[in-house]
Amino acid sequence: MPERVALTINGKRYEALEGTTVAAAIMNAGATCRTSVAQQARGPLCGMGICFECRATVNGKPHQRTCQMICENGMEVETQ
Amino acid sequence: MMQRFDIVVAGGGPAGMAAAVSAAECGKQVAIVDDNLAPGGQIWRGKDIPATAKEWQARVNTANVTYLQEARIFAQPAPAMVRAEQNGNYLDIAYQKLILATGARERFLPFPGWTLPNVLGTGGLQALVKSGLSIEGKSVVVAGSGPLLLAVAAYLRAHGAKVLAVCEQAPFLRLLTFATSLVTDREKLRQAIAYKLQMLAVPFHTSCWPVSAQGRGKLESVTLRKGNRTRTIVCDYLACGFHLVPNTELAELLGCRIADGKVAVDEWQQTSVLNVYCAGEPTGIGGVELALIEGQIAGYASAGEQDKARAFFHERANRRDFARKLEETFALDPALKELASDDTFVCRCEDVPYRALKHEDSWRAAKLHTRCGMGPCQGRICGPATEFLFGWSTGSVRPPIFPTTLSCLGATPELTELQETR
Repeated sequence: MPERVALTINGKRYEALEGTTVAAAIMNAGATCRTSVAQQARGPLCGMGICFECRATVNGKPHQRTCQMICENGMEVETQ
Repeated sequence: MMQRFDIVVAGGGPAGMAAAVSAAECGKQVAIVDDNLAPGGQIWRGKDIPATAKEWQARVNTANVTYLQEARIFAQPAPAMVRAEQNGNYLDIAYQKLILATGARERFLPFPGWTLPNVLGTGGLQALVKSGLSIEGKSVVVAGSGPLLLAVAAYLRAHGAKVLAVCEQAPFLRLLTFATSLVTDREKLRQAIAYKLQMLAVPFHTSCWPVSAQGRGKLESVTLRKGNRTRTIVCDYLACGFHLVPNTELAELLGCRIADGKVAVDEWQQTSVLNVYCAGEPTGIGGVELALIEGQIAGYASAGEQDKARAFFHERANRRDFARKLEETFALDPALKELASDDTFVCRCEDVPYRALKHEDSWRAAKLHTRCGMGPCQGRICGPATEFLFGWSTGSVRPPIFPTTLSCLGATPELTELQETR
């Protein structure tokens, strides 16, 4: 069995399989990533770190490309 | 912080791995600088990779190659040096020869609703599933253009998704001609047949594309058009990408000549800039086999082993023929230019609608007047779209080519003796 890691997304606790990216965890949680200039909710588009649509605040650091980050135990993710 | 190598390879996909291994096996000090979490690029991502990928991975491990992961090159602070951001710090990497293997990205075209969450690229959705997105039992429409559509649809089905339709914008006859030409290429033909067999239960439409996506805050349905008929399908995800475009930003930053959207190279894969080589998708979309060949040629040529490089010329010519066929087959239907409505955002970073762009006469004017292409992706998504929609050429790449911090941007480079005497 693959290991699981526990993280919070917008204050709610979630478990993710080890190796899951933060973007995938956000989508699995049914959440979206950022709010656009025109106040639209946005989620991942390119999945390869180019479009910047999957940005969220991770451990207090804003504008992180979540598709290029692996979930870690205790990680705190806030969508923007 | 500075590191020095004989040969630096920008990008850790197939072309980059092949280039690095070839140069290192000639005794050179080689580094791969890669933006990703692991080598393999976009195509060899995750655990279920083909045997070829494992073989190259093993050769990278055996050869004396330094792998700098999660390092994003964003500037050239001095001649023969690139600067990357890695873990929030800058890293200057000095080289004698540089090989650009920056790969490709999907081309996205704007249509009403394409900014809704759960509308992703074709490769985009696959990448998310490979990195942990649960797709089991979800309904997906795969649309756009290119060989990726069938490959991704088959992958998603194998992972439990209900693929409701696959829609290719190219017409059936062109696809048939393309498929026929594969008869001489057994491996590609085997792949194509395998995908088709897995996909027998899935409707495959040609000359068909999404005209809008609907949903409240998230995708709920997609409307497809084929000829005069439209049909709306309720689904969880829309995976939509219109084939691939080369990543040429780094090449442009270094002053390499770009022709027809591709990095121009000579027979040794050297660009118009001395000591800067380029291999794989940036020289034209040709797939993994061509990327591996070009990577080996660039690796050997940059290491001064011209004879070893020459041994791959014949195979490269054949593979480039395949690349030309790809380009012809998946050329975009001009009708796709009509997809965006006045309110459709073309630039997703700055939310610039089509209405604001349609009267501009160039990429530069659009940037100045509307902020199109001025967001964090720096035009990587809307650039190729506006090129298709309005015929704009998106040159004028300036550092930093990726967003970075002021401290990374402003640090003074530590120059080598050679560079100081220039």
